[in-house]
Amino acid sequence: MITFDEVTKAFPGGTVAVDNLSLELPTGQITVFVGPSGCGKTTSLRMINRTIEPTSGRILLDGEDIAKQDAALLRRKMGYVIQHAGLFPHRTVADNIATVPLLNGVNKKQARERATELLTRVGLDESMAGRYPAQLSGGQQQRVGVARALAADPPVMLMDEPFSAVDPIVRDGLQKEFLRLQAELGKTIAFVTHDIDEAIKLGDIVAIFRVGGRLAQIGPPEELLEDPADEFVADFVGRDRGFRGLSFLTADDVDVQPVSVAVDGDPRLVLDGDGRPRGWADGSDRVRPIAGTFTPSDSLRLVTDLAISSPAGLAVRVDDHGVADGVVAHEAVARHLTSLRRADEPARTRAGR
Amino acid sequence: MIEYAVQNRSTILEALVQHIWLSLLPVVFGAVLALPIGYLAVRYRWLYQPVVNTGGVLYSIPSLALFVVLPAILGTGVLSPLNVVVALTIYTMALLTRTVADALTSVQGEATRAAYALGYRPLRQLVGVELPMALPVMLAGLRVATVANISLVSVGALVGVGGLGALFTRGLQLDFIEPILIGIILSVLLAAVCDLGIVLVQRWLTPWARLEAR
Repeated sequence: MITFDEVTKAFPGGTVAVDNLSLELPTGQITVFVGPSGCGKTTSLRMINRTIEPTSGRILLDGEDIAKQDAALLRRKMGYVIQHAGLFPHRTVADNIATVPLLNGVNKKQARERATELLTRVGLDESMAGRYPAQLSGGQQQRVGVARALAADPPVMLMDEPFSAVDPIVRDGLQKEFLRLQAELGKTIAFVTHDIDEAIKLGDIVAIFRVGGRLAQIGPPEELLEDPADEFVADFVGRDRGFRGLSFLTADDVDVQPVSVAVDGDPRLVLDGDGRPRGWADGSDRVRPIAGTFTPSDSLRLVTDLAISSPAGLAVRVDDHGVADGVVAHEAVARHLTSLRRADEPARTRAGR
Repeated sequence: MIEYAVQNRSTILEALVQHIWLSLLPVVFGAVLALPIGYLAVRYRWLYQPVVNTGGVLYSIPSLALFVVLPAILGTGVLSPLNVVVALTIYTMALLTRTVADALTSVQGEATRAAYALGYRPLRQLVGVELPMALPVMLAGLRVATVANISLVSVGALVGVGGLGALFTRGLQLDFIEPILIGIILSVLLAAVCDLGIVLVQRWLTPWARLEAR
């Protein structure tokens, strides 16, 4: 656990970047610092590995004051990933990844073996080991950056807008793999972003900062969406926060109708020989491709989106083999939400993200 | 001309050998001095301007003047090769100090920040990250300094120590074109070979630098 205890950072000239910050980053979870530029989120992150020293207050790592620890050794216990990866251009991919183990005195052969192993772990081919960073795409460089941060198996990871510089499709892939990796590794992660969507997607805990380095609100993302502390937070999480909140509800309790409702409807659902949905057909012979399907573990947000965008107003559910086994009408989603609202303690389960 | 070269081959060879060490030794000394000074000019920003300005002033001293004045300062003989070596070392240092400082400044960025945040200590970061990254720019400066030195050595002939420059003075005195031509050709060849040598070393040491140009 990382604890900020009344931490303030004022820069020479009087700018207060972080103002009396107290918060906790639970062990094994992703805590996202999010907020507009100039809100002190990056300064806060950098104080964790002492690349910036606080003006007052303490930061504790598992109860120990980090100011009393050797800064270089402390940093080697904390993986660090930045926006443009910051790879060393003069070193091969393998040697980049091996950086911290080599600093710690692990022999070259062992460090390189571990580096190659990590390449596959972050979704890159082992053949990349001998390449130089200039020979990689932005997304690949970012993966190498993550591998480098993981190489010494640090308990803590600090990530400063690691996915901001890549295009949206690549970013989506990187985010998904990041969550998969975290599910395996269970690191204590501090993650900085200016993108509230990314914060909600990745954070177990989200800390929203406001300009002037003050904490506006901290909590699980669904709590921030549902119950913003003030106007700033409400504004920051956005107008469609109700729709985004559906991300945290699973689709397993919604009323599902048999597939035949859709197959006999107009427009009708067209299935292939194995019962997999192909698309929607109206009076003509033209089949419009289906926008997507869902499984019971998907979020209600996806179901709603599929129902709204389908010409028949129906979202199609499939089983593990991709065979259609039910449909959900958008009216059913609305009924489901009403019933949730009436229940005293809504049965909220986190959707399989 | 070939006849002249064959007849005087031992004199010419001697001049060439002297030219090589008179020009290359100062490159080595100058570079060794420029590295720490250039580093300090980056480490302590307030040193940068004074260091660069001093370098500029030193480089603007005419070489012949330096060759003549140095014996008085160093207490060496007027004909000592040491005068030329010291003078060219001063020029090389003046030229390379700025190159080293600018090269080390230019590599500051994401990679050096990442190195710091990953737990490098300052000296190891300098040796392991900053110097290798700065190498292409520093070697480019070294090429300029080397070629400049090779051409400057000839001026030493006017004070009696000038490698291939001796062929120019002889040619002038005897009103004879051959030694002058041979001196020019060898001087240019030497510069080309040294330049190529540094380029090859650069390719070998920094295979990554060419990738970046794409």
